[in-house]
Amino acid sequence: MPNRNILDYHVLKLLAQTYGPSGNERQVAEFISQQVGSYVQDIRSDALGNLLIRKPGTGKKILIACHMDEIGVIITSIGEEGYLYFAPVGGVKSSDLLAKRVQFQNKRIGVVSQEKNTVDEEKTSGKYFIDIGVNSQEEAGKIVREGDMAVLVGDYQETADHILSKALDDRIGCFIAVEMIKQLHSEQDLYFAFTAQEEVGSRGAKTIVHGIEPDLALILDTTLSFDSPKEKNRTSLNRGAAIKVMDRTIVVSPRIKNWMADAASQNDISFQWEIITTGGTDSGPIHLTGRGIPTGGIAIPVRYLHTGNEIAAKHDILSAFLLLAVLLNQPFTNL
Amino acid sequence: MLLKELCQINGVSGNEKRVRDFILERIQDKVDSWQMDKIGNLVVKKKPSSSDQPIVLLCAHMDEVGLFITEITADGYLKFQPVGGIDPQILVSKPVSIGSIQGVIGTKAIHLQRKEERKQILNFEELYIDIGANTKEEAEKEVKIGDYAFFNSHFEIIGQDYLKAKALDDRIGCALIMEILDSSFACGIIAAFTVQEEIGLRGSKVISNYVQPDFAIIVEATRAADIEEENEEAWSVELSKGPACSLMDSATIYQSRLIQKVSNIARNHHIPLQFRKSTAAANDAGNIHKGGTGVPTITLSVPCRNIHSMSSVICKTDYEYCLSLLRLILQGGFINAESEYP
Repeated sequence: MPNRNILDYHVLKLLAQTYGPSGNERQVAEFISQQVGSYVQDIRSDALGNLLIRKPGTGKKILIACHMDEIGVIITSIGEEGYLYFAPVGGVKSSDLLAKRVQFQNKRIGVVSQEKNTVDEEKTSGKYFIDIGVNSQEEAGKIVREGDMAVLVGDYQETADHILSKALDDRIGCFIAVEMIKQLHSEQDLYFAFTAQEEVGSRGAKTIVHGIEPDLALILDTTLSFDSPKEKNRTSLNRGAAIKVMDRTIVVSPRIKNWMADAASQNDISFQWEIITTGGTDSGPIHLTGRGIPTGGIAIPVRYLHTGNEIAAKHDILSAFLLLAVLLNQPFTNL
Repeated sequence: MLLKELCQINGVSGNEKRVRDFILERIQDKVDSWQMDKIGNLVVKKKPSSSDQPIVLLCAHMDEVGLFITEITADGYLKFQPVGGIDPQILVSKPVSIGSIQGVIGTKAIHLQRKEERKQILNFEELYIDIGANTKEEAEKEVKIGDYAFFNSHFEIIGQDYLKAKALDDRIGCALIMEILDSSFACGIIAAFTVQEEIGLRGSKVISNYVQPDFAIIVEATRAADIEEENEEAWSVELSKGPACSLMDSATIYQSRLIQKVSNIARNHHIPLQFRKSTAAANDAGNIHKGGTGVPTITLSVPCRNIHSMSSVICKTDYEYCLSLLRLILQGGFINAESEYP
């Protein structure tokens, strides 16, 4: 196994703690641009907020995609007493947010609560709202506007083997891509796509491929880890990079997944399979672009996805990084 | 009145020809070019006066919800399924037309219903259209499977400022865009009148393949929830409070910088504007904003009660304010080809 310290986890900390709910990925994009600015010349954005970074080469045109956005909530109205009513953005339920902290772009923190129904005690489905500690609609309106979004608060903690933070989905993917841009020397013509709006249905991925037509696309994302105390037989932490086989939006060609697995085996990189029937990633719209794009996926298993308290293993992150590096340095004659 | 004429045309999803023909006839002389694509969308263009002006796409859908004949029974009744989202509860004993044939929607009369049946919610399976035929053979002379049935509903003014009609969703948008095409603005305009929105935004999917504007405005009718059973906070939008600007729906997140610009224009010109508080449902923006390398997109809607029924209600003032706001957006330096991204 190569040196475990080739990844600068301080970058992951900054990435994961940056504010970036779907449609509001600008701060993440700016951070990534700063990080890689001295390594590349060609950095572009599009109207969806995607960031596209090219590392030109003479080989095959390869797209590496990861998404910048995280789940959150959107403020839909401000009540008379200054309480903020909201709707979820991405795969999270309002009820899962009860008593959690959320943070707006301007750093203001609020807590999620629920209306009590005092008239009819059986009817408990009061609406959820965010309390930002103000006394009036007017006061709230100076801090938050309708349409503003907030993200879950979840501090970053790094231990010897694990990472805990909000938004590891998919800042881990962004982190691997950023480190790859900094470290990799490849002959291939590489396009690193940091996409917007994945959590609301891979919308950025729909526009990012426009005009590129890559020979191959590799998607870096997180995946559900199933290693709860009573379930150990599926994708789990610490078993290495998860090579995508299937999700709700893609069935990966056996040629591609086997090519990836062979590369992992030959280089002593630990891997497992990602097979889920729910959820999709950017691989969905990307592989359907134009006349179809050969697409594979490398996933990092994460426990407690979409909760603000996501846990991932450094071993899996390193495995994913090493596997991607190997793949990008291989000849592509067989694909 | 343009809106009245538009609402009285029948054009259920997949069957929009009469609406399209009407629109084209009325606007043909006001535009530089027009084309129809193979799914049935109508796209017209007004060229910009100079090449540095942005191209703005205005988009409204021509189709309305309705019914589709799926079976003719031995007794000559017509079984049907909805096209688009329709609550079966609203259909009982309503008059419909299938081409020139008149019919009424029937179900078991209250006298015949068992006690527990009276409490049950009706399904489409329990409803049928009665066209006054005695046998299957007789019915088959007038109607065939696959025909559309339309609501018979008159356009009527109610109260001082309200009006009632079928198909206001989205003939309102069609009417507003047609009125916009009467004038010229400091931009090029592409107006897309789309098909099959109500069954899953299908026409706009095709539009997003070949129309590449700098900016897009979807003009819609949106469900008002200002009814008694709901708390006021849950009213997504209200009638007579002006047009509604969307924040997010199930297919689009609208850029906050654009929402703020619309709000500012409205405020500066004393146009009432509300935000659409619900994030449910979707419109053609879902496809339009993902066209090409992405298109900055907003949705402006006229609030509409009883949407997707034969008796939708809007407030005329909301319509007028929406028209004023659209004109101001197209006039002002709102849509300079910006390098600014979300």
